[in-house]
Amino acid sequence: MTSVLYDAQGPRAKQRNILYTVLFLVVLAAVVWWVYDSLNAKHQLDWIKWEPFFSSSQPWETYLWPGLQETLKAASLALVIALPLGALFGIGRLSDHRWVRIPSGAVVEFFRAIPVLILMITANAAYSEYTDISSEMRPLYAVVTGLVLYNASVLAEIVRAGILSLPRGQTDAAKAIGMRKGQTMRHVLLPQSVTAMLPAIVSQIVVIVKDTALGGAVLTFSELLASVRPMSANYGANTIACFTVIAVIYIALNFTLTSFASWLEGRLRRGKKSTGAVLGPGTVEAAGGTAPISVSGDFKSGAGGGGI
Amino acid sequence: MFDFLEGYDLLGAFWVTVKLAVYSGLGSLIWGTLLAGMRVSPVPLMRGFGTAYVNVVRNIPLTIIIVFTSLGLFQTLGVSLGAEDFKDVNFRLAVLGLTLYTAAFVCEALRSGINTVPVGQAEAARALGLSFTQVLRLVILPQAFRSVVNPLANVLIALTKNTTVAAAIGVVEAANLMKTMIEAEAQLLLISAVFAFGFICLTLPTGLILGWVSKKVAVKR
Repeated sequence: MTSVLYDAQGPRAKQRNILYTVLFLVVLAAVVWWVYDSLNAKHQLDWIKWEPFFSSSQPWETYLWPGLQETLKAASLALVIALPLGALFGIGRLSDHRWVRIPSGAVVEFFRAIPVLILMITANAAYSEYTDISSEMRPLYAVVTGLVLYNASVLAEIVRAGILSLPRGQTDAAKAIGMRKGQTMRHVLLPQSVTAMLPAIVSQIVVIVKDTALGGAVLTFSELLASVRPMSANYGANTIACFTVIAVIYIALNFTLTSFASWLEGRLRRGKKSTGAVLGPGTVEAAGGTAPISVSGDFKSGAGGGGI
Repeated sequence: MFDFLEGYDLLGAFWVTVKLAVYSGLGSLIWGTLLAGMRVSPVPLMRGFGTAYVNVVRNIPLTIIIVFTSLGLFQTLGVSLGAEDFKDVNFRLAVLGLTLYTAAFVCEALRSGINTVPVGQAEAARALGLSFTQVLRLVILPQAFRSVVNPLANVLIALTKNTTVAAAIGVVEAANLMKTMIEAEAQLLLISAVFAFGFICLTLPTGLILGWVSKKVAVKR
């Protein structure tokens, strides 16, 4: 195997690799043994603590499935509301009119620079003070509001980068056949850029799903993470087992989405029909700072920090 | 107008935020570099471990990792990281959680930096007879470091914003103080504006300065 760093290996390098493998195995085994030992010492590996998840459907029906439903509900609501908002602000930032471009840019940069937790806490307090939303619905509203404000601004950047990633000839050709600005956007630029930015949008869904857990930890939103406390209280302090199960659910869900995003990206890059413009999962993070694309906006700063 | 701020240690809370960001930034830089080394190493087992670590950690919410350090590591397994005081324990656990999580992103940023160097460069260097360390030191790393400034700056900014998650385990940083203040004072919008401004002061200059640096050092290809 050749890469930038090393060439195909000869006999001496192969021997050295075997030595490294053995050394690494020893270190890894020591760590695994230490983890096993400390778990065992606190009786966290006893079968009775893990058994409820395998033998009965009760923990799934009572805690995990309802929690997962809340997680997915918040995430999909946030996505459905944030997408059009993001498209609006993303296109707004590309407007020829200064009075549209500058406010859109300011809003996007403002909400990208603030932690989503701050937005959620503010939304929660605002709903309790200014509206009469019932207190059991309020966490969902607050979580969705926080997620929408933050992710709409990230999606706006994705949309903007997607449109800018198209070849200039597309706009020129549209102008040449006499299309107006709105027509160019609707019939030429948007349809093509949607396919270009699909991978980036899918990987943003992962960020949304992960951020719903904030609501469970800070705002009494009854999602997947919030089910740990009642579950471990009910099944004999099996905290480690509960966390493992929840982590596995999250990993399965998000890994599927991540793999789908990179499959989609590969497929679009290979495709012959498109213009060849594709926005990979990590592209937009860079769009704020040292834009690989030249951007006509007035705010080039970028305190977004990408989707982490 | 701002007399509601009296009686609260606003600067102290933001100082805790900065400390969280700096400590876990340094920690994740070290651990992330080790992981990146594993992911690009010629040893299949190390590569497998690095890939598995990154894929697992990237797909778990940070909130779960942070809450786990408190509920799982500290309260169940008794890991206190050598701290006596309850406050110190939570702070150190938050740094640990943030480090483990952010390292996965640092690793990916570094790896993508190495991958931006065209293979032809290394092949040309090898054809000249340079040894592995010489290729690394003279040709690859100088180029990789330059292209990595911007992704790393993004990770640092995201880390600064992510420190708020430490509020979930009772570390008295900015988001935690904000929650307390909102519950005690009737100045919701003003309080939120102050904290939003505080975070903009932390993240915007970082983005501007490091963006400028990365443009300065960028390799023109």
